[in-house]
Amino acid sequence: MKISIQINEGPYQHQASDTAYQFAKAAIEKGHEIFRVFFYHDGVNNASRFTIPPQDDRNIVKLWADLRQSDGSDIDKVVCVAAALRRGMLDESESSKNGLEGNNIHPSFRISGLGQLIEAGIQSDRLVVFGD
Amino acid sequence: MLHTVNKSSFERNSLQSCVNTIDDSSVILLIEDGVISCTNNANLPMIASLAAEGRVYALQGDVDARGVSSKVADNIKLVDYAGFVDLVVEHGATVSWV
Repeated sequence: MKISIQINEGPYQHQASDTAYQFAKAAIEKGHEIFRVFFYHDGVNNASRFTIPPQDDRNIVKLWADLRQSDGSDIDKVVCVAAALRRGMLDESESSKNGLEGNNIHPSFRISGLGQLIEAGIQSDRLVVFGD
Repeated sequence: MLHTVNKSSFERNSLQSCVNTIDDSSVILLIEDGVISCTNNANLPMIASLAAEGRVYALQGDVDARGVSSKVADNIKLVDYAGFVDLVVEHGATVSWV
């Protein structure tokens, strides 16, 4: 079955991203495909490549970055562009487009629009939302 | 349908709204702080009849993390994350009450 996930809350502040990760991992272990993970609202903070948690704590960004489908292929992880830009989450393209230096989106995530969430809802058998 | 509730009924009224709204074929999965609502301390008549019909589930990991394992009310079905996935697969659309 194709399953998509929407995450509306940032890491470490809310349990949403942890719950979603454990759910995604269990789904993959059961042979399902994660069609897309869409990071919305404060959920965009899950994509910061500068996240450095204490060594004895889980690294939520890395957990998402390292998660793979059961066949080893990448999982599409989309960060909402409007939610990201207003929180200072930029990739190289958005950074230069706005005349800024530096970028902070982890390379395993990509910035795109809400159309990707709608498409995930249409193309997937299930869409599960985590967060407030 | 599957309805997830992630807030304690002491904090928000999302569980009550959910119970008032769902149809006869729907089931409820309590996750995160939502698991507080299935303990004996909460003693919530709002989910008693649904639980008696076997339509209320709670995520075991979240129950354990909050130290309320011994207080989970009768008829509540505990599931792990694999069980969560099965509920999503079996019940069509999922609605997240927050």
